Amino acid sequence: MIAGLSVILLCQLVGEAIVRGVGLPIPGPVLGMALLLLLLLTRDHFTGLRRGPLHKDGVETTSRSLLGHLSLMFVPAGVGVVKKLDLVMEHGAAILLILSVSVVITLLVTVTTFLAVNRLLSRSQPGP
Amino acid sequence: MSENSFSLWVYLSQSPLLWLTVTLSIYAIADAISLRTHRHPLANPVLHSIWVIGAFLIITDTSYTTYFAGAQFVHFLLGPATVALAIPLYDNRARVAAALLPMLVSLIVGSMIAIVTVVLLAEAFGLPRSIILSLSPKSVTAGVAMGISESLHADPSLTAVSVVLTGILGAIIVTPLMNRAAITDFRARGFAVGIAAHGIGTARAFQVDEVAGVFSGIAMGLNALVTSFLVPIAVTLLLR
Repeated sequence: MIAGLSVILLCQLVGEAIVRGVGLPIPGPVLGMALLLLLLLTRDHFTGLRRGPLHKDGVETTSRSLLGHLSLMFVPAGVGVVKKLDLVMEHGAAILLILSVSVVITLLVTVTTFLAVNRLLSRSQPGP
Repeated sequence: MSENSFSLWVYLSQSPLLWLTVTLSIYAIADAISLRTHRHPLANPVLHSIWVIGAFLIITDTSYTTYFAGAQFVHFLLGPATVALAIPLYDNRARVAAALLPMLVSLIVGSMIAIVTVVLLAEAFGLPRSIILSLSPKSVTAGVAMGISESLHADPSLTAVSVVLTGILGAIIVTPLMNRAAITDFRARGFAVGIAAHGIGTARAFQVDEVAGVFSGIAMGLNALVTSFLVPIAVTLLLR
């Protein structure tokens, strides 16, 4: 578990270092995710890498247990609402309505686009 | 005796231990209730943890800074959890590669809609410019959104709250909405909630369907990229 966590943190660290160093406009952990994916794909080609946390689902198990509690990690930021109570009193209802409408439109437009492109593709490439 | 227990409270209420314990145990209870209700959308564990903890802080007159000293250990895990999304992505790589084009197109469209709708609606409601700027990156994960907010000279802590609120709303709305719209492709459903409601939507998607969770996780990661580029452009074009 500790070895698996180390691999994850290492990917994040390298991601942050590259993002800061090169000045990329992307978040460090997102680059870290790409690096971990690359690492796993590389492992599949080079048996020499198959050791420690990269062996027998080490990093996989740690990742799954982290992702199993993803929603917990948003609680501290959300509790920050206590600092904004005056703003909630003044604009809370409007903000809630705006965010709800925006979420519904975003969900519907995204899902429709996904399905439409998918349908176009399957029509232009008829199955064998 | 009461003086003793008061000094004990003064000591504990300033220590990270108490607030970390409060965060974890209240979330554990909220999550158990959510499980008991068969993951009913309205039993969202994030939503209920936040108001219970918030009320607790207000009643005990504890500052958010004191609370965060304990809760930061949980908050920190957002980064490693983002990296960990590589695992479901790796496991489902064939499925993902097969849906590359629908993903890319709906990513660009969805990301733009998420920003444009919130900015235009907020403007229509006559909200102050500083609030509109803080709301604009609300569909990406907390850390990224706060970074964008900072670069716009908006209010990162308001952004964090609107991000979490958006995530909760998306997680509550998505299942009934998609069922009502009779959408059965869990790749598309997951991808949409990842664009609209980042990690909280992704957590919800994993509860409903593994494939939906994977596509949601990818959408959330890609959206973090695209939104970082789009928000500065959108606010210059849309806000006068």
